[in-house]
Amino acid sequence: MSGFLSSTIARKVAMALSALFLIFFLIIHLAVNLTSLFSVDLFNNLSHFMGTNPLIQYALQPVLIVGVVFHFVLGFVLEIKNRKSRGVKYVKYNGAANATWMSRNMEISGGVILAFIVLHFIDFWFPEMNTKYVLGDMSGMLDGEYRYFVELQHKFVEPWRVVVYVLAFILLSLHLLHGFQSAFQSLGVNNKYTSCIKSFGNFYAIVVPLGFIIIALFHHFSQLNH
Amino acid sequence: MNMNLTLKIWRQKNAQDKGKMVDYKVTDISEHMSFLEMLDVLNEQLVSNNEEPVAFDHDCREGICGMCSLFINGEAHGPDRLITTCQLHMRKFKDGDTIYIEPWRAKAFPVIKDLIVDRMAFERIQQAGGFISVNTSGNTTDANAILIPKKDADLSMDAASCIGCGACVATCKNSSAMLFVAAKVSQFALLPQGKVEAADRVMNMVRQMDLEGFGNCTNTAACEVECPKGISLENIARMNREYLCASIAG
Amino acid sequence: MTTLNSKIPKGPIKDKWTDYKNKINLVNPANKRNIDIIIVGTGLAGGSAAATLAEQGYNVKAFAYQDSPRRAHSIAAQGGINAAKNYMGDGDSNYRLFYDTVKGGDYRSREANVYRLAEVSGNIIDQCVAQGVPLARDYGGQLDNRSFGGTLVSRTFYAKGQTGQQLLLGAYSAMNRQIGRGKIEMFNRHEMLDVVIVNGKARGIIARNLITGEIERHSAHAVVIASGGYGNVYFLSTNAMGSNATAAWKSHKRGAFFANPCFTQIHPTCIPRSGDYQSKLTLMSESLRNDGRIWVPKKLEDAKAIQQGKLKPTEIAEEDRDYYLERRYPSFGNLAPRDISSRAAKERCDAGYGVNATGEAVYLDFSSAIKRYGTEKARVLGIENPSKEKITELGEAVIEEKYGNLFLMYEKIVDENPYKTPMMIYPATHYTMGGLWVDYNLMTTVPGLYCIGEANFSDHGANRLGASALMQGLADGYFVLPYTIGDYLAPDIKTGKIPTDTPEFDQAEKEIKDKLDFFINNKGTHSVDYFHKKLGKIMWDKVGMARNEKGLKEAIVEIQQLREEFWKDVKVPGEISGMNTELEKAMRVADFLELGELFAKDALERKESCGGHFREEYQTEEGEALRDDVNFAFVSVWEYKGKPSDAVLHKEELKFEELELKTRSYK
Repeated sequence: MSGFLSSTIARKVAMALSALFLIFFLIIHLAVNLTSLFSVDLFNNLSHFMGTNPLIQYALQPVLIVGVVFHFVLGFVLEIKNRKSRGVKYVKYNGAANATWMSRNMEISGGVILAFIVLHFIDFWFPEMNTKYVLGDMSGMLDGEYRYFVELQHKFVEPWRVVVYVLAFILLSLHLLHGFQSAFQSLGVNNKYTSCIKSFGNFYAIVVPLGFIIIALFHHFSQLNH
Repeated sequence: MNMNLTLKIWRQKNAQDKGKMVDYKVTDISEHMSFLEMLDVLNEQLVSNNEEPVAFDHDCREGICGMCSLFINGEAHGPDRLITTCQLHMRKFKDGDTIYIEPWRAKAFPVIKDLIVDRMAFERIQQAGGFISVNTSGNTTDANAILIPKKDADLSMDAASCIGCGACVATCKNSSAMLFVAAKVSQFALLPQGKVEAADRVMNMVRQMDLEGFGNCTNTAACEVECPKGISLENIARMNREYLCASIAG
Repeated sequence: MTTLNSKIPKGPIKDKWTDYKNKINLVNPANKRNIDIIIVGTGLAGGSAAATLAEQGYNVKAFAYQDSPRRAHSIAAQGGINAAKNYMGDGDSNYRLFYDTVKGGDYRSREANVYRLAEVSGNIIDQCVAQGVPLARDYGGQLDNRSFGGTLVSRTFYAKGQTGQQLLLGAYSAMNRQIGRGKIEMFNRHEMLDVVIVNGKARGIIARNLITGEIERHSAHAVVIASGGYGNVYFLSTNAMGSNATAAWKSHKRGAFFANPCFTQIHPTCIPRSGDYQSKLTLMSESLRNDGRIWVPKKLEDAKAIQQGKLKPTEIAEEDRDYYLERRYPSFGNLAPRDISSRAAKERCDAGYGVNATGEAVYLDFSSAIKRYGTEKARVLGIENPSKEKITELGEAVIEEKYGNLFLMYEKIVDENPYKTPMMIYPATHYTMGGLWVDYNLMTTVPGLYCIGEANFSDHGANRLGASALMQGLADGYFVLPYTIGDYLAPDIKTGKIPTDTPEFDQAEKEIKDKLDFFINNKGTHSVDYFHKKLGKIMWDKVGMARNEKGLKEAIVEIQQLREEFWKDVKVPGEISGMNTELEKAMRVADFLELGELFAKDALERKESCGGHFREEYQTEEGEALRDDVNFAFVSVWEYKGKPSDAVLHKEELKFEELELKTRSYK
C-alpha cells in the first residue's frame, strides 16, 4: 500500500472510518429485521424496497460491499504486519494483565464474523442476486405474495444454523465491545466525552447483536409449534 | 520472610547468537530487596562460580533514567504498576515462585546481549522531529512573555514525563511505539512554543516510527497500563488528530 | 612548580563577564567547520554544551556510556533549578543569588565564577521555556516558584518532581536536532578510558565501545569532560549505578589538577538503607522540606520502642516530638542547608534517637502541612466547618499535586503510605563539589582540556545549595563554555584534522589494552563489587559526614591496602571482546580506589570544618562547623605525581572582594 495508506496512523484511520460505516449499516439492517417480529407486511415491504430501490442496489450496496471487503483486507494486512513486528516471541506473555480479551483478539472475532458473512451470503445474498439479476425476477413475489418473510423463516428451521448465528453474533458483540470506542480513539477523539462514547459503545455492542440473536431465536422457536 | 526462587532467564551471547532460556536458583532473598538487587545476588553467585553474569540494562535505579527494561512473568517491568523494573520489590513475589525474565521483544529492538536490547530506533524517532527548532543562544524572549494556561502546562508535563524505556513497545501485542511517539508529539503540541512546527514534527516522527518497523496500534491500551509513568492514551488520540490535520493541510 | 592562574578578569564583579565576553577571541563561523570538539558525558552540562557548540558550527563528537543521552543522571534531579528572576517579587536579584551561593558554599568558592552563574541563571529559564520544557505554572499562566534550602526567597523553578528530567530532555532535544543535522556525532554505549595529550594539548580520547569491546581512537582540537561527580566512591550514593570518575580521574593522571576532592555533599533526605544487599540510595527531593517537618522522639525510651517496632510515630504526642532543625535553626528551620541538616540528623541518630531498626533514620512529617493545606482549600471551596476527615482529604490532594510522584516512589520502596505515616529519611552521599580544577574559562591545567558541570570543582565551594546543580550544569553548557572555548580554539583554525596514528595515541591505547587484558587474565577470587563495597565502607565510616585525623589516617592506609588486594585478587569473568559489564566496573573501581585515597588525604590536610567537610576537631561548643579563614581560605589543588600519596598540593587563594568573610549562620 502506498501514499496516504502507507502510514500506520492513516491505516488506523481507514479502519476506523470503515468500521463506523459498518456500525451504521448494522443499525439499519437490525431495524429492518426487527419489523419481522411484529409485522410481516412491514417487513416484506421494507425488504422489497431495499432490494429494488436503484439507489440502494446500485450505489449503497457496492459501497457497503467494498467497505466490508476493505475492512477485512486491511484488518488482515495489519495483523500480518503486526505479527512481523515482533521477531522472537515471548516465552511467557501475560496479555490478560493489561488488556481485554476483546482488544487482543480482534482478528479472531473478525475471522469468525467473516466466516459468518460467507454463510450469510450463501443463505440470503447469493440466492437473492440469482433471483433478481440472473433470473431477472424483480417482483419479489412467490405464490402471490412477497417471498421475503417466508425465506427468512425458512432459514431458521434448522437448529445448527441458529446456533451458528447466535455464536457469530456473540463474537460480533465482542468485536464491537472493543471496536466501537477504538474507532473513535483512532480518529483522535479522546476527551471529556470519551466515557460517554465508551458507555454508548458498550450499549450498542450488546444491544445490536442481541437484537439479531432474538430475531434468530424468535423465528426458530415460533416455527417449532407448527 | 526470605524466599527461594527459580529464575528462567533469557541468555544470548550477542546479537548473532540464537539464545535460550536458562534456569537458575537463588536462595534467601529478602522481600525488601529490589528486583535488580535480587539479580545482583544472582550475578555475584555466577561470578563466584566463574560463570558470566547476566547482562541487563540499569542505571539510576530510581525509576527515572528509563534504562532498565525487563519483561518479568509476561509483563513489562513486572507485575506492579506505575514503576520500572528497578522499583519493583521482591515483596511482590512469594517463596517458591518461578520467575520468567526476558528482554523487550520487538523487531525494532534487537537483543545486544542477554536482557539488553538496542533502543536506537527511539533515538532516531526523536532526531526526526522531537525538538523545537530554537537555538540555545540565550537570545530568547522572557520566560513569562507568553502565558501558558496551567491546564495545558500540566498536560504537557504529564506527556513529557515519558522516560523512553520502551515498555509500551514491549508490552504491545503489535510492538507499536505509538505511546512513546505520542508523548513527545503531545508535549510540544500543547505548548505555544511547539505549535509553530507541530505539523512537520508529527509527520516526520510518524514517518520515522514506521520506517523502524514498529507495528500498528490497535488501541488495546496495554501500553497505558504498563507505562511506568502512566502516560495516557489520550496522547495517542491527540497524535492521531495532529497527524490527520497535518496530512489534510499538508 | 606550576602556578595556578585562574584568569579572573579585572573590573567590578558585575561587569567582569560582559567585558570579558566582549574582548575574547572568536572563531569565524566558516572556520568552526574545521574544528572538532569531543564532549565526554551528555548530562545537563555535556548535553547543553554539545547542542550549543554544534549550533555554532563546530563538529561535535559526544560520548555517553548509556544507550542515550537522555539517561544521564542529571535526569534524576527532582526539585528544581534556581534562577534570579524575581518573578515572585520577594526581593531576589543576581546579587542575592550570588550571595546565597557563596555563603551556602561556606566561602570556599570563587566569587567571579559564582557571580557569572547568577548572572546567566535567568537566561537558562528563558532558554528552557523556548525549548518546550513544561515548567510548572500558576493559574494565571505564569511560571511558579518554590523555596529551597539556604535561601530566604522563592527562586526555584520546577517541573513537578522531575525538573532534572525535563531540563535534560530539553538539552537532549536540542542535541537531537543537531544529531539529525549531522553536526553532532553521537557515540552511545561508549566509555572514555583515557585522554590523549599531544604536545601538551588535549587532542583526543581513547574510548571503549561497550557493545563490541573495541578500543577506539577519537581526535579533536579540544576535549570537554562533562562526566559528572564521583559520589560512587562511597559505593552507596544517590548516583546512578554507572556514574563514575574515570574520565575525570584519567584526566587528572594526565596532568589536570584535582581540586577539593574532600568537598562532598551528603544529602539529608534520602530513603534509609534497608540491608546489606542495598545497591543504591534513593533521594527524596529537598523540595519536600518546604512542607515536611523533620523530627525524632524527645524521649529516648520512645525512640527505643520505635526501633523495636513497638510504637508507631503517629502515637507520639506533639509535645514528645523534637523538631530539632526548628529548635536549632529557628530562622531557616526545616530549610537549613544540606550539610547542616545532614549533620543534625546524624547527631540525633548517634545519640540514639534514630527511628528505624538500624537506628539510622529520622522522620519527615507532612501531617501539619496536610492540615494547613486542607483548611486553606476548604476555605477556598467555601466549605463551612469542614470535618477533620474532609480537611485531611483536601490536604492530601494538595500534597499529592505537589509531590505525588515522590510519595509514590517512597511507597513503592518502603511499602508504607507517607500520607498516613511520616516518611523515614537519612543522609546519603549525593553530590561532589570537588572535581577537576578549572580557570574562569572552565579549562583545566591541561590546555584544550575543559571540564564542566559537576565534574569540575565548580561554583559551589564546600557545600552546594539545593537546585543549583542544574543551574550550574546548564550555565556552563549553554552560556559559558561556548564562549570561552572559542578563545582557545581561535589559533587552531589552520591546524586541520588531528591524526590518530601518532605515538601518543599508540601509547595511550596500549596502556588501556594492557589494563583490560590484565583484568580478564587476573582470575582472582573476589568480584569487583566486593572491593567497591569495601571501599565504600571505609569512605563512609572514616571519610563520611564527620571526619577526624585518626580515622582519615587509617582510611588512607586501608584504601592503599585494599587497592593492592584489588590488583592482586580481583576476578573479572567473560571476555575482552563483546559486552562485558564486569570489565566496565573493574575499570571504574580501579580509579575510585585511587581517587578515594586522594579524597582522604585532602580531608586530612584541610584542618578546618567548612560546608560538607566536617572535622570533629574543629567545631564550636554548639557543634557547629568551625571554619579557619586565616589558614584555609584556598582551593586545594592536587597535582598527580605517580600515585595519590605523592600528590602535590597547590593552593588557589580565594579573594573575597565583594563579600565579607563571615561565619555562616542559619539560626
